[in-house]
Amino acid sequence: MGHLRVRNLGKAYKRYRRKWGRLAEWIGAGVHHELTWVLRDLTFDVAPGEAVGVIGANGAGKSTLLKLVTGTVRPTSGTCEAGGRVAGLLELGIGFHPDFTGRQNVFMAGQTMGIPGARLRSSMAEIEAFAEIGDYIDQPVRTYSSGMQVRLAFSVATAVRPDILVVDEALSVGDAYFQHKSFDRIRKFRDAGTTLLFVSHSAGAIKTLCDRAILLEHGMLLRDGAPDAVLDYYNALIAAQRADYEIRQGEAMGGRTTRSGTAEASIESIELVRENQAVRAVRSGDAVVVRIAVRINTPLQELSAGVLMRDRLGNDVFGTNTFYLGATRNNLAAGDRANIDFVFPRLALGAGSYSISAALHPGERHTLANYDWWDRALVFQVFPPDGPTSIGVCALEVRVAWHELAGGEAKGITTGRATGPLATTSDARSSKTD
Amino acid sequence: MPVVSPFRAGMLRECWGFRDFIMASVKRDFVSRYLGTQLGFFWAIAQPLAMISIYTLVFARVMRPALAGHDSPFSYSIYLCAGILCWQLFTELLSRSVGVFVHNANLLKKVNLPKLALPVIVALSGLSNFAVVLVLFLGFLVALGSFPWSSLPALIPLLALIVAFALGLGILLGTFNVFYRDIEQGISMLLQFWFWLTPIVYPGRTLPGAFGEVLAWNPMWPIVSFAQSIFLDDRIPPWSSLAYPAIAAAMLLLAALVAFRRLSGEIVDEL
Repeated sequence: MGHLRVRNLGKAYKRYRRKWGRLAEWIGAGVHHELTWVLRDLTFDVAPGEAVGVIGANGAGKSTLLKLVTGTVRPTSGTCEAGGRVAGLLELGIGFHPDFTGRQNVFMAGQTMGIPGARLRSSMAEIEAFAEIGDYIDQPVRTYSSGMQVRLAFSVATAVRPDILVVDEALSVGDAYFQHKSFDRIRKFRDAGTTLLFVSHSAGAIKTLCDRAILLEHGMLLRDGAPDAVLDYYNALIAAQRADYEIRQGEAMGGRTTRSGTAEASIESIELVRENQAVRAVRSGDAVVVRIAVRINTPLQELSAGVLMRDRLGNDVFGTNTFYLGATRNNLAAGDRANIDFVFPRLALGAGSYSISAALHPGERHTLANYDWWDRALVFQVFPPDGPTSIGVCALEVRVAWHELAGGEAKGITTGRATGPLATTSDARSSKTD
Repeated sequence: MPVVSPFRAGMLRECWGFRDFIMASVKRDFVSRYLGTQLGFFWAIAQPLAMISIYTLVFARVMRPALAGHDSPFSYSIYLCAGILCWQLFTELLSRSVGVFVHNANLLKKVNLPKLALPVIVALSGLSNFAVVLVLFLGFLVALGSFPWSSLPALIPLLALIVAFALGLGILLGTFNVFYRDIEQGISMLLQFWFWLTPIVYPGRTLPGAFGEVLAWNPMWPIVSFAQSIFLDDRIPPWSSLAYPAIAAAMLLLAALVAFRRLSGEIVDEL
């Protein structure tokens, strides 16, 4: 009881080119449809009592898989064999009838799940208590808030412990209190031997509830393994996709990048260089170079070049220029060209998307005179580092130390040392001397 | 506890496993029809009552000569009621089962229940509504002193035939309706024509030759006239008169099951 055996499972929807194509097929006049596969060749086993998380981007086929397991949707190929009663929490409200009271709906819903009426009557008090909707139980369901519907739906669906419980993201609708309560119940079921198939976008929920995770991508099984490993893989996958998307967005926004200046000197190009290659995505902590190619159009007394990095929301993250770094050039002739490299031995930016703007001007700031100002000239992506992850726009170097305290007094340092930002400071200094 | 194996068709056994659900749904239908509004019971019988009184007022005098040999002032009303009763059962079952999969999309998409339980609910709920109106009609007949004591049991096989015919056609069209929703629209129009092409308001023998021959193909004619004979004359017509509708019903049921089995996997995909 409680096992799940999925073999070469596939689901395709028929798409007809013409409206009457289906009718033509019925009367035997050839094939008029194409198959759109949403799930393909899935094979996996779930042992009784095992809890498996299903992850994947929208449209990866997660919900279809759950519907196949609950049996509402029939497979196009392969088999899905469930050992025992499957209870499903798919979408909101398991088909409640708005004009009937909560109590009447509990009976209807319970019976559609194949729970006999007598069993329901004996569990009614418990269902009511668990849902905690008070007097509303005798009010028509149309007067319920969506949260109350979810509470009641969950209470009915889990009133009798199923052999296999299939949960879509229905739970994410309830409030935090009820989510806790329902996770608690799911955990108890799991401990009592219920097999769990669980779709969630919450990495936390998957990690705490599941022994295993499977990753779906475009309807195919991409990874099957320990939740941590599969989630990491998934995160890397979406980071890569997002980078791709945001770069394309950035380039699509080309028309919106603003450029201004008096053109005594101009920026020919801006590049982000890593290991001698122009890139658009780097890992947090990589050594990179921001290279600005400059051309002088009229003889200049003094030229300073600056770069500014902004985050996705347009907040300044880091900016500097050759004036501050003590590398301003004087007496330049028309036609001179130069590449100015800003070398970052450790790009200590947090994961996310950033833009680079560049400016050419005399002296300290571009506000007095501005030869060329290129706003958001380049958009790039920073991946999370290999090491510990962090949040925020900067990836500060940090160590942690625990000081065991006994009786309010420090006994001594047990681990690590707190060096803090020393390393970064020295990096900054070294780039100044370049 | 009933276990539904999703990918195999053991239809009737699965429906039996959901008998609690079926009975509760029938009850819910019944309750919502009679208790949903303040005058629930009144509305349920008002519609057939209004129809009968209108036709009686309009046609009673015109039709009296046609119902030769029946001198009672209520003969035409009885004739009309017998026909309308059968017709109402037939149309309710047919029009509800044509829409049964589409209108329960919400349920079918979320819970795995045997789809054929839905037309079963339609049949039982239609019969229970019929029972209410039938009891009123029988009361009326008792009051008139023309209760069809000897032939009334023949009504039971007749009802079975109506149910089989309506469900056969209904499930067949209901399955197609999932893919071509025009069918449901077409059916309500078709039923209006069908009503007037069935001798319910007028006596069958008043029809002119060629028209009568065309109408002979209407399977509802023998059914309706069987009921009219029971209630008006307390006489059971020859059972052979039901052979044609019975064969039609059997063939439709068969076609419905074949179509349903072949397409049921795609029904939820299209909802």
